Formats: sequence, structure tokens, C-alpha cells
Amino acid sequence: MSDTVAGLLQVGVLVALLVAVGLPLGAWLATTVTDSRHWRVERLVHRLVRVDPDSQQGWASYAASVVAFSLVGIIALFALILAQTRLPLVQGTEGMQWHTALNTAVSFVTNTNWQSYAGEAGAGPLVQTAGLAVQNFVSAAVGIAVAGALMRAIAARGSANPAGGSAVGNFWVDVTRVVVRVLLPGAAIGAVLLLLGGVVQNLRAPLTVTTVDGVEQVIRGGLIASQEAIKELGTNGGGYFNANSAHPFENPTPLTNLLEIFLLLVIPFALTRTFGIVVGDRRQGWALGAFAGVLWLGSVALTTWAELSAATGPGGSMEGKEVRFGLWGSSLFAASTTGTSTGAVNSMHESYSPLGGGVLLGNMLLGEISPGGVGSGLYGIVVIALLSVFVAGLMVGRTPEYLGKTIGRPEITCAALYTLVMPVLVLGLTGASLALDGPREAMTASGPRGLTEVMYAYASAANNNGSAFAGLGADNPWHNLTLAAAMLLGRFVPMLLVIRLAGLLAAQQPRPATAGTMPTHTPLFVGLLLGIALVLAGLTFFPALALGPLAEALS
Amino acid sequence: MNAAALVAVIPQALTKLDPRHVWRSPVIFVVWVGSVLTTALAVADPSVFAWLLALWLWATVVFANAAEAVAEGRGRAQAASLRATKRESVAHRLTDTGAVEEVPGTALRIGDRVVVEAGQVIPGDGDVIEGVATVDESAITGESAPVIRESGGDRCAVTGGTTVLSDRIVVRITTKPGESFIDRMIALVEGAERQKTPNEVALTILLTTLTIIFLASVMAIQPLAAYSGGLQPVIVLVALLVCLIPTTIGALLSAIGIAGMDRLVQRNVLAMSGRAVEAAGDVSTLLLDKTGTITFGNRRATELLPVPGVSARELAEAAHLSSLADTTPEGRSVVDLARETYAVRAASVDEHASTGAEFVEFSAATRMSGVDLADGSAVRKGADSAVHRWVVDGGGEVDREVADLVDGISRSGGTPLVVATWAGGGAPRVLGVIHLKDVVKPGMRERFDVMRAMGIRTVMVTGDNSVTAAAIAKEAGVDDVLAEATPEDKLALITREQEGGRLVAMTGDGTNDAPALARADVGVAMNTGTSAAKEAGNMVDLDSDPTKLIEVVEIGKQLLITRGALTTFSIANDIAKYFAIIPAMFVTLFPGLDALNVMRLASPQSAILSAVIFNALVIIALVPLALRGVRYRPSSAAALLRRNLLVYGVGGVVTPFIGIKLIDLTVSLIPGMK
Repeated sequence: MSDTVAGLLQVGVLVALLVAVGLPLGAWLATTVTDSRHWRVERLVHRLVRVDPDSQQGWASYAASVVAFSLVGIIALFALILAQTRLPLVQGTEGMQWHTALNTAVSFVTNTNWQSYAGEAGAGPLVQTAGLAVQNFVSAAVGIAVAGALMRAIAARGSANPAGGSAVGNFWVDVTRVVVRVLLPGAAIGAVLLLLGGVVQNLRAPLTVTTVDGVEQVIRGGLIASQEAIKELGTNGGGYFNANSAHPFENPTPLTNLLEIFLLLVIPFALTRTFGIVVGDRRQGWALGAFAGVLWLGSVALTTWAELSAATGPGGSMEGKEVRFGLWGSSLFAASTTGTSTGAVNSMHESYSPLGGGVLLGNMLLGEISPGGVGSGLYGIVVIALLSVFVAGLMVGRTPEYLGKTIGRPEITCAALYTLVMPVLVLGLTGASLALDGPREAMTASGPRGLTEVMYAYASAANNNGSAFAGLGADNPWHNLTLAAAMLLGRFVPMLLVIRLAGLLAAQQPRPATAGTMPTHTPLFVGLLLGIALVLAGLTFFPALALGPLAEALS
Repeated sequence: MNAAALVAVIPQALTKLDPRHVWRSPVIFVVWVGSVLTTALAVADPSVFAWLLALWLWATVVFANAAEAVAEGRGRAQAASLRATKRESVAHRLTDTGAVEEVPGTALRIGDRVVVEAGQVIPGDGDVIEGVATVDESAITGESAPVIRESGGDRCAVTGGTTVLSDRIVVRITTKPGESFIDRMIALVEGAERQKTPNEVALTILLTTLTIIFLASVMAIQPLAAYSGGLQPVIVLVALLVCLIPTTIGALLSAIGIAGMDRLVQRNVLAMSGRAVEAAGDVSTLLLDKTGTITFGNRRATELLPVPGVSARELAEAAHLSSLADTTPEGRSVVDLARETYAVRAASVDEHASTGAEFVEFSAATRMSGVDLADGSAVRKGADSAVHRWVVDGGGEVDREVADLVDGISRSGGTPLVVATWAGGGAPRVLGVIHLKDVVKPGMRERFDVMRAMGIRTVMVTGDNSVTAAAIAKEAGVDDVLAEATPEDKLALITREQEGGRLVAMTGDGTNDAPALARADVGVAMNTGTSAAKEAGNMVDLDSDPTKLIEVVEIGKQLLITRGALTTFSIANDIAKYFAIIPAMFVTLFPGLDALNVMRLASPQSAILSAVIFNALVIIALVPLALRGVRYRPSSAAALLRRNLLVYGVGGVVTPFIGIKLIDLTVSLIPGMK
């Protein structure tokens, strides 16, 4: 079987799996975010944190809960990392500097999982399981909770809303449910499958062996399969090992590779189905899913094509890629991980061809909407839809509306500010890092590639992706702190705007659809969404991309 | 619009360069700051390129101001003609004792009573409380035929500035001087009171955000370019910024709004706020009064149904004779029908009177009209029961067929009038039945079909019983009907529609319409209506034509479409500008980037200048479109979107590639540009 056939087959199997599992999972997620009953174990959690599960929060209260919950998460994780060398299960971990620890704490709470530290050396089993793995679950749950709140708000009937005009739900109930009903069972199934595929899962002390060359080597094990499952399922991406999914203990075979890609894509795509169900018009979900699907397939195709046509090897560019995954398996993983804000890698993105690397960077600069991270991807897509509806809605001669909700002044303000945050962070911090002498010393590449490297880092942080263009030595105070700022602002400013938006939309009485209403489920609208998303990102980043990947590719 | 009109507004456009004015449009303000910066840099380091750039940046701001000035200019001309009517008038105020004192019109207060006699100008807006007069309202409506204004009822409102032609009336003043209808009209058409409408504000927020994003994008270039080894001249960065920010729509936004109001004024509709015009585009339910809007106000005779054994001709002659003295519109229509369709000889009332015929006029008590001829025979026409009794009392008999005909007409929503004769000596007998019906105005069904395609539901409101109403509704093709409607029913219907998330538009003229007019999202009051109605509505139709509501909706939609289309066009333009400017900026750093110079522009400098010139000229090129509005053909939203995306989206991507290339061919001829 030729590489091309094998590669296409992988994509085909993946798409089939995503549809087969995504549809029922989407329906299950819809039940999860709209159910009025509570499971017994959930009631237990509610009692523990003293929350009345049947109370509703307004947008401000919901937003305050998100901030408080995340802030506590950051502080606790930061303290745990700093204290880990004095706690049990050290296993030779070196610990981290304060700024690395802060960066790491912010990184995992914001679902970014940018790793300034070397996975196995910086974080011991205690931090990995009690700290990082916990955040892998809850940070993902926060994203899904907010997306759920937005969906409910769109479906809400304003003053007819039994819970009161602008109530958007109960954050604590949402997070508990998403963890208990979706992420824990999903990760458990994923972990078992990965175990069967050969991923390591043990609690043994590091094994020191002498290799055939006579060199001593430390081989670490750990609870890898379980962490791997949630790493992908929650679009987290923080690897147990520094080599991430390129490491044979994390991702031993092409089969586990495909499974991992499947896991990181399944919830973001399933959420488009959830959207359709919750807003009461499944076609709307199909439209958003199609939009994300076209972007994802497009970037997979473009990356694969760029790598195949790169002239560095006989079969395309294999530099920085694992032979066991091949060029197709690596490109598929790379395009999927950058498009879902996961950031796990099974190949070194720095080694991609200028164009291939540019596509990976572009995937993030789109704002993580192809299909984006768990929850965050969906609300990112909805914001693009609101912007598209605003411009195009005027062209049909009506005050713009999306699914019956008018996009007026306060709504467009939220959507516009949402789109403003990421570009300002990426361009501002990239510019500053290139202009200052100190940060420039951390760069290993020069010329356009060096620029791409720095821009990639900030794009990754501000979009909560977490993958790195490896070349940048980012473990220094400047990069750790600016990247942490980018992650924090890039996560929570848009998220709070979305919650505010949910409050505004929930309070609105929906307008009935008529022939005068612009349809938002047609191929034309999907095309419009694609156009707006690409033009917006293209116009914003074209000058920077021209000096980075484009300059490199065209020289 | 032509070149002369443009030149005429240049002085105004220049005075609008005041930053306090420019600030109103954030996008244009950024261009203004860029122009100042570029000029300063051109002074410090002069070159042909720098000066040309500065010149064209200023031109961009001036063009934006000119667009607004042209739109305002149109309103100003109208305001001037209105102001001419607002001459100083003398009011004859009635004092408490009943004496008349002369005071200046400006001294009048609400509640004052003034006497206006033939030839005098009414000093202020008010209601007639005594008398009846013909009034010339051409000053505000443009209609030269005088109208009747009388105390009480729905014809009592008079407008200050109009002239009483005959008789004497007493008017109670209802507005303060300076706030009269004409004053408000002047302010409206001049745009003095113009505030940004909600949608305009929302769009400005989006445009401002785009401007900030592009500002960030352009500001980031300098450190990136410095890192890459080539600092960019600041004037080039300013040029790039100005080309990227949505200047086209930013420049034309206020002109579009002013022109939208102006289009309404041209159709003799005054919108009290821009908000109402926007709401008109959103309307999803139209409440239309049956009488006057859907049907010609009065019922007309449409056919004559003879009973068996009577010829149509015989019935027509009898009907004609019986209606000769009936001056009601229904009676006239019977005469017309008999003459036109059955060629009945036209004998006048006088002719008959001279032969000794005696006419019986219609009265509410007899509910019949007719004539007693000199030869002793008689003809009667009237309500079924009345004629029935007349025949029976005279000893005649009424056939079953008559009842069948009457029932048939009633069922179809029409009104039957029975015609009977009493020939001298014999017994009276019924000849047949006249079918009177509400005639739907021609073309209404087509208009309602269009409305339906636009997603607008039409509801006919009428005081008729539900059978009649349903028949007319069916014939006119409206979607729904509110029969036996009271003002309360109307208000309840509006509330119900609004609770379902629909926006409602209606017309009205009576005082009892006022609550519904106030409640409706778009309430168009007829100018002939009461001042309560005019006060409650948010638009006034000077022609008092209820069907104009449909045009108002179209104008509202056109306004929004024009905004959306130009925004799309403006953003789509940016793609080509990038392909002009980015390779021009960086080609010296990375020669490979010349591959992006797809337009093959002559030199970096001419490429940048051409993009800036295109950016400025496109504003002027689009002014006529902004003023006229994008062509609007009523159709479904999906079809509109497809068409406009193709024209303004795809067109917006392609046009600048061609335009910039053409300008570059010219610019490259300038010495120092190649």
C-alpha cells in the first residue's frame, strides 16, 4: 500500500469515526448541558462545595465563578509545583523556577498546556497527577460549560425564560456535570484503548539501564495512558514527556496515533451537533460543523501537500517526523492539534517546510475555530457567525439577527472586542519580543524562520494552543511571564465576553424566522463564514506572515 | 449627482476638516491624524512621493466630508423652501372674555384659542374647536387642492403655516412655538437633529474595532521589519493603515443615513427618527386598514342579478331610475354600472322631475330610495327586508329565487340591494338584486405576494363582520384578518405580535388609533388625521396614502442593505491593497516577495500611491450609490444575500485589482515614481 493510499485511508477512517461517535456524543453533551436532573455523585459534589444545584446565575455571577474557580486553580497549582520537591513521589524531579512554575500553572488552568519545562524532569508524578491531570479535566470542563451557557442563552426565550430574563445557568453544576458525565467516562474509555494500543501505565520508579553503547539512560514510566487520554480528549496537549506524542511511551503505534487524533477532535466537532440540538435546529449545528470541517480538512490537505512537496527528502520532508507515523500521520496530527488548540505534537513543528509551518501557524491565527478547543472552539465559531450575520444581515435589509436574537449594539460590542483580543496580544508581544535585545537572545533561528518561531509562540499562547515551534528557548523570565500573560488574557477576556454575550442573548425574546430572515444553515452561509474568518485573519496577520513564512517560502 | 454638485460642496467639505467634526467618524479621524502626520513628515523630509501621499490622504478626508455635505445639501434645499412658508404671522387670540387681541404668532402658548379667517395664515399647530373651513396645505404637502378642516372628528387638525381659504374657524393651539410641525420638519430634513441610529452605532463599533485591529497590525510591522533588517518609513505605514481601515464605509456612513431619511421625505413621508426608518426594514407584520388601503373606500355595484323572467335590461333600467336621486357613493355606482354596462339612457333627475316624477330619497328609517312616476308606477331599491315589506304591503309576492340571490351575495361578503317595481294598477314585484361589494384596489394581491416573499405578514383590519371580512381578505390575498375590530382589538393584536418577537407597522388617522400607533414599531399617521394620531405615530405621511406603508418598508430595507453592501465592499477591497502594498514594502528585504506583486505594479512607490489614490477615489465613485441606495428588488432574504454577496463581496475583491493597476499605469508616468 502506497503512502498516499495509507494516508487517505487514515483520513477517511478518522472522518468516519468522528461522524459515528460525534453524533451520539453531541446528543449526550446536549443532555448534559440542559438536563434538569442531577446524578447522585453530582449531588455529593454540590453538597461538598455548598452549591444549590437548582439555582441560576446571571451572567455576572457566572463570570465571577469562572474567574474565582480559575484563580484558585492557578494559585493551588503554582503552590504545588513550587512545593513538589519537598513532597512525596519526587522521583528525581528537579522542580521549576518560580516564573516557570507560574507559567505552567497559568498554562494548565487556561487549557493551553504550553510547557516551558521539560515534561518528565520538571514535573514529578505528584504534580502530574494531582495538579496537571486535575486541570486537564476541569480546564476543559470550564470551556465546555461556557459554550453550553452560550447555547442555552441562544435558545432561551427572554422574559419567558422560567429562570428569569438573563440567567445563563449554574457554573458549578455545569463544570461538575461535564467532568462526571463526559470527560471522566470518555477519558477512561480512551485510556483503556490506549493501554490496549501499548501506551505505558505504571507507578514504577525510573529505571536506569545501560544501553548497547554503554551509556547509562534513565527510563521513566508513570500514569501515562490515563493522562494521555484526557490530554487529547480535553484538547489540553501537555505531554507527560518532553517529546509529547512523539515519545513511544505516549504514542507507540500508528493506531494509537490515529486514536489520539480522534480523541482530540471528537468533542470540538461533537459540540457543533450539541449546538444544533440545544438551539432546536440541527441544521444550524451541521452548518457550524461543516465550517469547522472544511477548515480542518483544508489545513490537513495544505500541510500534507506542503510537506510532500518540500524538497528536503525523497518522499517529502521527513525531518522532525517519526518514521512510525510517516509524513501523512504527522501532518494529520499537526494540522489537527493546531486546529483544536490542543498543542500536543507527534512531530517537531519547527522542522516543517516554510509553507507547512505557516499553515500550522495560520490554523492558530484563525482564532482556533477549525474546530478549536473544547468549548472555546464552539464559542469562537459562534462569534464568527455573529460577525458574519452582522455584515451579511444588513445586506438582506434587516437589523442583523442570529437564530432569532438581534445583534445590536451591546452584542456586536462583545463580538468585536472578542476578535480584538487575540491579534493585539499576538502582534503586540511578538513585536516587543523582536524589538527587545534580551528576548532576542532566546531565539535559535534567524531571519524569517526566527520571526515565525517567536510569532508561533505567542500565537500558541494567546490561542491557548500550547504547541511550540521548538526553536525558541522560552524558559526565561521574559518569555515565561509574557507568555503567561498572553495565555491568561487570551483565555479569560474572550471567555468573559462570551458569558456577557450569553447574558444579553438570554434576555432577548427571539424573533420568529420568516422568508425575510437570512438563513444561517445554507452552504452559502457556510461559505460566508469561511470567507469572513479567512479574510479577517488574513488581513490582520498578512504583513507579519509576509515577513515570516511567506518570505521564507518565496525566497 | 454630478461633478458640479461636488465642486459646490468643496468649501463645506473643507470647513468640516475641523477635528471636532471629523471625530464623529472614528475611521475618518484616523485618516485625519495620518494626514497631519504625513504632512509634517513631508515638510521635514520633502519628496514628490511624500507630498503626493500627503495630498491624497487629505483628499480622502475631504471626499468623506464632501459625501456628507452633498447628502446634507439636498435636505437643506428642502428646508429652505419650508422656511419660506414660516413667515412671521399675527395671531388673533381669543381672550377669556371673548374679545379678540392681536399677538405675534411666536407668543402663543399651548391651550390658547385663536380665530383664523379666510385669507389668514394659521399661526400654530392645533385642533379646530369651532367651525369648518377649507385650508390650503400646499406649503407642507405640495398638494394644491384645498382640504376641509372642521371641529370634532378626525378632520380637526390644522398645521401652522397653512392658509385658510374660506370661512372662519377657532383653533386651540397644541404645540409651543418653535416645536411646531414645520419646525420639526425643517430640523429633520436639515439633519440638524440627526442622531446616530442604533444600527449605525453598532456598525460604527464594528468599524472602530476593525480600525484598532489594523492599527495593531500596522504598528507591529515596525519591530518585525526592524528585526528583518529594514525599518519602514512612517509615511508608508500611514498609507498602509489608511488603505486597510474601512474608509469607504466610514466616509459614506452618515451620507447613507441622511439620504435614507431624504428618500422618505421625497415620498412625502416624515420620519420623526432614524430609528423608525430602521425599524421599518425589520417589520414582519403589517396592519392595513381595509377601507381606503386595500379597497376603494366605498362599496360599488358590480353586477345586476335579475330574477327569472326579468331581462337584465329591464332590471338595469329600474335600478338606474331608483338610484338617480341617490347621491350616496353606492347609489352613484349603481347609476354608473347601469349606464356603462347596460347602456341605459342617461336621463337626468331634472328631466324626470319636469314630468312630475317624485323622488324618494334614502333614509335610515325606510332604508330605501326610489321614485314615484307621474303615470302612477313606482320603483324602489333598498335593503332586502325593507323592499320585501314594501312589496308585501302592496299586495305582491316575493319569490324564493330572490332570497337565494340575496343569501348568495351575503355569503360572498357583498351587500345585496333588492330592486322592485310597482306598475300602475298591478301588484309590486321584485325585478332582481344589485350586488354591491367592496372593490379591492388593483395590484393589491401582487403587492401582498411580494410582501410574503419578503417575509412580511399582512393583516387586514376592518370593522366588517367576519364573513364580509374573510371574503375581501381572500380576494385581496392578505395573510390574516381582524374582523369587527375595535381600537382595543387592534392594540391587543399589536401587543400579541410583539410578544411573539415580531415588529409591527400600521397606519392610522383617528384619535382612537393613537394608542395602537404609539405601540406599533412603525406607526405612520396620516397628515389628514388628528393631532393625537400624528403625535403618537413615528412617521407622518403628508399625502395621507395608507398604501405608502409598503414603500416605507422598502426604504427601510434599502437603507440597511446599502450600509451592509458598502461595508462588505470596503472590507473586500483590502485584499487587493495588501497585494499592492506589502510586496512594495518588503521587496527590498526579501526579493522573493515580488511574487506577491500580482498586479505587476511599476515600483514600490507607485504601488503604495496607487492604492491610496484608489482608496480616495472609490469614496467619490460610491457617493451616488450611497445617496440613491443599493438597488432593492423585493425578494427572499436568501436571494438578496446571494445577489449582494456576489455584487459587493466578489465585486469588492476584484474591482480594486483593476482600479489600482489602472491608476498605477498613470502614476508611474510621474517623474520620481519609477
